[in-house]
Amino acid sequence: MVEIVEETARTKSLLLKMPDWPSGYRSGQHVDVRLTAEDGYVAERSYSIGSAPEDEHLVLTVERLDDGEVSPYLVDVLQPGDELELRGPIGGYFVWEEALGGPLVLIAGGSGVVPLRSMLRHWTATSRAVPVRLLYSSRRLSEVIYRDELLGYSKLDHVEVRFALTREWPDDFQGHRGRIDEALLDEVAGPPSGEARVYVCGPNGFVEAAASWLVHLGHDPSRIRTERFGPTGT
Amino acid sequence: MSPVSRGFLGRRRPAVDPSRLPPGQYVETGFPVLSAGPTPHTPLDEWSFLISGEVDEPVSWPWKDFLELPTEDITTDIHCVTKWSKFDTHWKGVRVDTLLGKVHTEAAYLTAWSDGGYTTNLAVEDVNDGKAWVAYLYDGEPLHPEHGGPARLLVPHLYFWKSAKWVRGLTLTVDDEPGFWENYGYHNHGDPWLEQRYQGD
Repeated sequence: MVEIVEETARTKSLLLKMPDWPSGYRSGQHVDVRLTAEDGYVAERSYSIGSAPEDEHLVLTVERLDDGEVSPYLVDVLQPGDELELRGPIGGYFVWEEALGGPLVLIAGGSGVVPLRSMLRHWTATSRAVPVRLLYSSRRLSEVIYRDELLGYSKLDHVEVRFALTREWPDDFQGHRGRIDEALLDEVAGPPSGEARVYVCGPNGFVEAAASWLVHLGHDPSRIRTERFGPTGT
Repeated sequence: MSPVSRGFLGRRRPAVDPSRLPPGQYVETGFPVLSAGPTPHTPLDEWSFLISGEVDEPVSWPWKDFLELPTEDITTDIHCVTKWSKFDTHWKGVRVDTLLGKVHTEAAYLTAWSDGGYTTNLAVEDVNDGKAWVAYLYDGEPLHPEHGGPARLLVPHLYFWKSAKWVRGLTLTVDDEPGFWENYGYHNHGDPWLEQRYQGD
């Protein structure tokens, strides 16, 4: 690990220098992180890759879960210079690369933004041939990961980034106030088309609701790819 | 041998019986959802279950007939490739033996296919002799769509991606034909006790 970037109070990006990763990776993939205690005890969890294949370092952006076992170590204990054992890249479906085309529609809830940010960076580093829209829902402004970078995309052509804040928002907040809904998704995703590539990532309840609305709006279910974390609400 | 992670102590859970927890897994008390796409919602009057492929005569059951098939109550541990295991889950479903018993087949493999386009491949010997079910009740309630309802395959001795959600049929095949995740780098067999997570394991 070469550097830590504090993204929010609970979330840090770990910049990793990969000594040996012959085949590279694709945006949207994840890695398995394996921690080993001195007595051989092992704990493993999966983390999405937040960087793009074109980036110098592999970036894992990790949110500290209070009842977690691996994330508190990664966020609070790991220091630059430490080594980290990874396996991957893993996953071949929730990926976007230039050849898949678009328009690209990215819907993120909370730390679900991490693999979608990788796709945005990949888009930026390649030909930018298709339009991209990102809708990113967080509880409050202080929990928005990659905030400055995401605001910066709005200055580029063919990118639109919209924020939704569900719990608290500043008086001058320009984004969507409250939970996302079907009307907002309709605006962001645009009319259903056979070309669109839709990626939805976040807590299960968020993904379930967003994907269901998109299907209801007429988007082809086979063009909607989802990645979910956490248990059902029921 | 893995290098030691400096300062990592781990949070041991001594209450867990190690003989029940496959390598690399941790115990989860919730019921996480992992799905590659939107949840399909097929109305029950459009639902049927089909045994087809390399069989003498395909058989299909509409939902109401499927409910007439003999069922079993199953209490089992389940293991997801994303590292969580859940102990003592309760299901009710129809043995795959009961379904395959309605056809004559020499095929050694099958593909389970689902609403929404999902598929997974299994050897017949991994789903016969009471090793697999098509389950439609979970904890005594209709199986929730997010967890695969109205009915999902239940093959608890393999990683849970083999237990296809929203399953609608089994297609018997002569050759072993990789399914959805098996084509995206996951292991063809998926035995959690051998930690067969990904290709090459």
